Amino acid sequence: MSPVPLIFGSNIIDSFLAINGLQVVIKNLPYLLEGAVLTLQITTLSVLFGMILGLFGGLFKLAKNPILYAISTAYIDFFRGTPLYVQILLLYFGILPLLLDATPFVAAVIVCSLNCGAYTAEIVRAGIQAVEKGQMEAARSLGMTNRQAMSYVILPQAYKIVIPPLINEFIAVLKDTSLVAVISAEELTLRGKLLYSAYFEAAWIWGAVALVYFIMTKTLSLLGDYVERRMATE
Amino acid sequence: MIRVIDIHKSFGKLEVLKGINCRIAPREVVCVIGPSGSGKSTLLRCINQLEAVNSGQIFIDEQEITSRHTDINKIRQQVGMVFQLFNLFPHRTTLENITLAPMKIKGIPKDEAEDIANELLRKVGLTDKSSVYPNQLSGGQKQRVAIARALAMQPKVMLFDEPTSALDPEMVGEVLEVMKDLAYEGMTMAVVTHEMGFAREVGHRVLFMDEGIIMEEGTPAQIFDNPHNVRTQSFLSKVL
Ligand SMILES: Nc1ncnc2c1ncn2[C@@H]1O[C@H](COP(=O)(O)OP(=O)(O)O)[C@@H](O)[C@H]1O
Ligand SMILES: [Mg+2]
Repeated sequence: MSPVPLIFGSNIIDSFLAINGLQVVIKNLPYLLEGAVLTLQITTLSVLFGMILGLFGGLFKLAKNPILYAISTAYIDFFRGTPLYVQILLLYFGILPLLLDATPFVAAVIVCSLNCGAYTAEIVRAGIQAVEKGQMEAARSLGMTNRQAMSYVILPQAYKIVIPPLINEFIAVLKDTSLVAVISAEELTLRGKLLYSAYFEAAWIWGAVALVYFIMTKTLSLLGDYVERRMATE
Repeated sequence: MIRVIDIHKSFGKLEVLKGINCRIAPREVVCVIGPSGSGKSTLLRCINQLEAVNSGQIFIDEQEITSRHTDINKIRQQVGMVFQLFNLFPHRTTLENITLAPMKIKGIPKDEAEDIANELLRKVGLTDKSSVYPNQLSGGQKQRVAIARALAMQPKVMLFDEPTSALDPEMVGEVLEVMKDLAYEGMTMAVVTHEMGFAREVGHRVLFMDEGIIMEEGTPAQIFDNPHNVRTQSFLSKVL
């Protein structure tokens, strides 16, 4: 006779593996992970373009030039003052069709970039303003132009200030990409939806989707902690 | 070298400079004294256009810097400024603080800029600190680096805004010593200071400012030993 605990144990594992929802998740894990890859692609591209938009948005917001100021203010206010969900609908159905033939993926990247850029612009503006006023004056008193002072003196100091909020923003973008499911970009959330309508295992499927998101955001925030610690010791 | 003609400057409703006239000759050391809030810093800041004047004119070497058509960046290269709070670049080493502007603005090659910087560091007595970051320097050392940084652009004039006011007393001397050397080498200087000993010993002329005007000016001996204006008398009786 085999020892009781062993039989007992394998029974539990067997009956656990027999759960329908789990089987669905295991069988469709590659499908979900492909969606996660798409999520990461949208996030990475949006963050990349968002940083460029945000840098100029933030600089223009501080510019003396009234036109640049007005453009950046309108841009930042609109994208921070309306829901991303609505922005996705408006741009994908309302505005982008007039300009180009955008696939859901391209549209998702465009909207998320614009949205991320607006938040990044505010982070950049706050970061620049957090650098002591005397730094700009010292740079200008040596004869630097505004642009030289920005690139050699202010921005190298501002970047340390903006890294932590930027990492938070990247995590927010990653989570927010779930909203592009509405324009049928086949990222993680939409795939979850499609699986759900095929199998109706809500707890297991959405639980798996949530777990995959969590692993991605946790990895990002651990990476962020590491970068912050590196910078602190620099 | 510097001519200031009837400048007025207001911040909102507050009129800080109410018609300032003064001249600084080449190689002259002019000390500006006066109570806090009298507009001394604002005057210096107008002279290198960190603040724009509301009216009046400022000339440096016959060039009107208050004119719209003047390239202010070119002018500022010739006017060094030293701040009360040093304003060193914290992300750059001592040497880089000094070489940054010559390299980026004048396009001087790195090794040449470093030669100039090392020479200046020797002059201010900080040869051993060249690879150190500002947060590892004492206040007096910081200010000496700031002076070297300004000198690296080879300015014709140096403006000092209370360069020793933020220093612990034991560090005041080392900074004044550097300034004194500079004055004896013939640098044209405008110095806002509360160090009356320095003004008396090194200054050629002393301006007493109060409430946005120059109340009295003269040689140090005149101002300190025989002030005419009641305001000057009462100010000096408080600080001496
Ligand atoms: N940027 C500014 N905005 C508003 N008020 C200012 C500004 N700079 C200086 N002031 C005011 O101008 C007055 C003169 O200042 P300042 O020139 O710094 O005097 P001082 O250097 O003689 O102490 C003070 O009342 C000060 O509060
Ligand atoms: Mg002052």
